[in-house]
Amino acid sequence: MTVLLQVAGLSKRFGGVQAVKDLDFTVAEGEIVALIGPNGAGKTTAFALISGFLSSDAGRVTFAGRDLRGLAPHQVNALGLARTFQIMRPFPRLTVVRNVMIATLGRHADVAEAERRARAVLDELGLGAKADRPAGGLTLAERKRLELARALGTEPRLLLLDEVMSGLTDAETERIVELVWAINRRGIAILLIEHVMRAVMSLAQRIVVLNHGERIAEGRPESVANDPRVIEAYLGDEAVTRAPA
Amino acid sequence: MTWTLGLAALAVLLALPAVLSGYAVTIFVLIFFYAFLAQAWNIVGGYAGQLSVGHAAFVGVGGYTAALLLDRGVTPWLGMFVGAALAAVLGGVIGYLGFRFGLRGFYLVLLTVAFAEVCRILASNIDAVGGAVGLYITFTGNPRQFQFQDQRAYYYLALALMLLGTGVVALIERRRFGIYLTAIREDEAACEALGVPTLKYKMLAMVVSAFLTGLGGTFYAFYLFSLQPSTVFGIPLSVEIIIRAIIGGAGTLLGPILGSFILTPLGEVSRAYFSQSGLHGAHLIVYGVLLITVVLFLPQGAYPYLRRLFGR
Repeated sequence: MTVLLQVAGLSKRFGGVQAVKDLDFTVAEGEIVALIGPNGAGKTTAFALISGFLSSDAGRVTFAGRDLRGLAPHQVNALGLARTFQIMRPFPRLTVVRNVMIATLGRHADVAEAERRARAVLDELGLGAKADRPAGGLTLAERKRLELARALGTEPRLLLLDEVMSGLTDAETERIVELVWAINRRGIAILLIEHVMRAVMSLAQRIVVLNHGERIAEGRPESVANDPRVIEAYLGDEAVTRAPA
Repeated sequence: MTWTLGLAALAVLLALPAVLSGYAVTIFVLIFFYAFLAQAWNIVGGYAGQLSVGHAAFVGVGGYTAALLLDRGVTPWLGMFVGAALAAVLGGVIGYLGFRFGLRGFYLVLLTVAFAEVCRILASNIDAVGGAVGLYITFTGNPRQFQFQDQRAYYYLALALMLLGTGVVALIERRRFGIYLTAIREDEAACEALGVPTLKYKMLAMVVSAFLTGLGGTFYAFYLFSLQPSTVFGIPLSVEIIIRAIIGGAGTLLGPILGSFILTPLGEVSRAYFSQSGLHGAHLIVYGVLLITVVLFLPQGAYPYLRRLFGR
């Protein structure tokens, strides 16, 4: 498989905190990779570094053979790398279809064509009926899907999903898992940050585990789940925070 | 329906000077003119949500340029475009400095005010452009010098400007440019994540807005026959422009026009009324009260409220 995204030696420090340290991993064309780790492990920082929202202290990110150094987020997006936000950022006063049109207009300057494509994406994600409502009135589950619809509207080759399942019911999570499968079947590679382990286990072909900004394990879901370092990172944390005094 | 209403309103406005008194014509000239300036501001301040309080600078640059060019024999009909182009360049500089470094809200307000103030101080201290006294234009009544014997000519010119501004905004609103601006107003980071070059579009909004405002500067100079640095570059003029857009409905097509129809007659009448009784400046209190009322009860402005009221 050809490498689509290559992260090499990526580091970022905020004051006294080394948020991401010497991080290496790759995502191949059409692959689904999960980035997991305890809270504060540096996953979202890694996303921000990859997508151009933060500049790194060291290391490089290469996407489809291009060095992303110094590119603004919209330039990274134009190359075919789209991201969602963990804290969803819909344009609340715009209608749902306008929200997605902001994405589709990038590749289709013609407004009617951009709208046609936006409606197609919304239908695909089951939001077609809400297309003409203001986005501010959507439920949490609908907002998550809108976030996905917008990222998809930019016609990416790689989709970075930041916790698109957190806070959802089991049925809603199931729905998103199916959508992610459907998106991936169209040839779009996916890198996801997720805490819902059941979803991670069923979706990811490969898992990269972060702790304190460093990669502590990488591999197939079953081998990562049994890796003692991973269990320690997770259970160690949980044991400390959950143990009764 | 909308078209019929619009055409009917236009027909009324075209026929109106035939029946209006000279004073009423003057009020309408000001209504149209301020509606035009508010509409120009609306592009960057309303649609894009970038609060500029320095738009007087563009009026001043446009007016001064056309007036100074007339001294050198250039007709204001040409000079107004030179002035507008210079205003657009200034808009580009202010926009780049502000947006490149991500200034927003109060900080952008301060930057834009500072630029307008610098323009005012420069104009006040450079004798070649009239210094503190400003520039006076000798009345010739020659249409080639943008001057007319008949007040109604100014009426139609101001109406044309208002229609031009509104037409430009209507075009922008339907295009990718306008749709991007409404999203930039809501969340710039989300725009960037979706591939929108926000800096480029904010700059473009500022430049187009400054260009139109600069055109207005020529009208201002040749309607009043004088340009004083303190008036034409002053903060009060910027505020007059902005509150029309805000009270009418910033970021809507008809808001600035509605705002000017409400505020301009109110300002003129109360100015005249309070001046007679020796209370100069008391009309500003009326403005202030109205502004507070709108902000409290109609935060989106009068136009969106009226639309809801009439159920569409």
